[in-house]
Amino acid sequence: MSKPVAVTQDNFDKVVLKSDKPVLVDFWAEWCGPCRMVAPIVDELAGEYEGKIDFAKVNVDENQKIAAQYSIMSIPTLMIFKEGKPQSNIVGFRPKSELKRSLDEVLG
Amino acid sequence: MPDLDKDYDVIIIGGGPAGLSAGIYAARDRLKTVLVEMGMVGGQIANAERVDNYPGYPDGVGGVELGELMHAQAMKYGLETLMDEVTGVELREGRKVVKTAGGELSARALIIASGSERQKLNVSGEDRFTGRGVSFCATCDAAFFVDKTVAVVGGGNAAITEALHLTKFASRVIVIHRRDQLRATRIMQERAFANRKIEFLWNAVVDEVLGDDFVRSLRLRRLTTDDHFSLDVDGVFVSIGFRPNTRFLKNFVSVDAAGAIITNNRMETGLSGVFAAGDIRHESVRQVIAAAGDGAIAAIRAEEYIAGHD
Repeated sequence: MSKPVAVTQDNFDKVVLKSDKPVLVDFWAEWCGPCRMVAPIVDELAGEYEGKIDFAKVNVDENQKIAAQYSIMSIPTLMIFKEGKPQSNIVGFRPKSELKRSLDEVLG
Repeated sequence: MPDLDKDYDVIIIGGGPAGLSAGIYAARDRLKTVLVEMGMVGGQIANAERVDNYPGYPDGVGGVELGELMHAQAMKYGLETLMDEVTGVELREGRKVVKTAGGELSARALIIASGSERQKLNVSGEDRFTGRGVSFCATCDAAFFVDKTVAVVGGGNAAITEALHLTKFASRVIVIHRRDQLRATRIMQERAFANRKIEFLWNAVVDEVLGDDFVRSLRLRRLTTDDHFSLDVDGVFVSIGFRPNTRFLKNFVSVDAAGAIITNNRMETGLSGVFAAGDIRHESVRQVIAAAGDGAIAAIRAEEYIAGHD
């Protein structure tokens, strides 16, 4: 089962922007309780959408440049990138079924 | 993984302190018990950087950590945990059936401990700017407002805790409260009044959140005079209370005007074998220890109910 990849400023371009698949990026931080609540759901989705959508995690504390570039002001934020551009922006805790709807929409 | 084919003695909906405490008691009583939680366990305390008033922790304990500890304790006694979203509840031949996104579970007794979520302002601009300056979690988002001006809406313990936390990052924190005094406890008030970064706007409510790509200002209304005025801010943290998570219950049990479940002091709802515990209850004091107490009572009464129906 595939797991979300931890992404940093050094490989964000390669892993997220240049990916040939849509990528869900989970913006999170250690101090954020709801981020920890979202994490196991993102882990499960990574398994269920393996091969169709890639999953990445950005620690906003360690990668403030990426967070600033995408104007993250609230976490957890889940952003779905397609062909290098954010397609969908989900702020705060959401149940799994709702996240699946967003992912299915991006897959069309 | 919970065994979907097997029937349970007890199903607990919600993995906050009430549900986890019920889980500790029920599982320790050798009842076959499953707890359904849609995210990670912990509930609202996961939003608390530190819990300072739970007995046994004189130096406080992290909110997430306390949730994890309670979960570990319940797991030790055999509690099963299912990560799924409850979509409905019904009675079928006396059994309590819980429908989830992934299937169905049934049990002899049901403990509803699905807690509460943040109340929104329900004003124009709030949804549009959520994640763009409007926030419902200061511990999560304070770090994005270094040297900025932020507003906190509310006057209870949660609001004042958030205002104090924000002073570590923001340059100016303005508490907007609809009354002329705080509801927060004395110790919280003292800390807030002593903090030079915190200012207060009394008798005022937010009518609109304004901005371009991000929040730039609030349109406020002074309740004493009914006149409007504007306040420039970079962010607004909403902390005006909580709303019980009872929508999935529809008309299953009796609720009050706010949607909270009505129980007696045995945690019994009007339906035999169906209990409620924690913040979801009518007139809950919304404290970890009270939720834990509710959970223990619900589990003990559930055990009695099951024993009486054997």
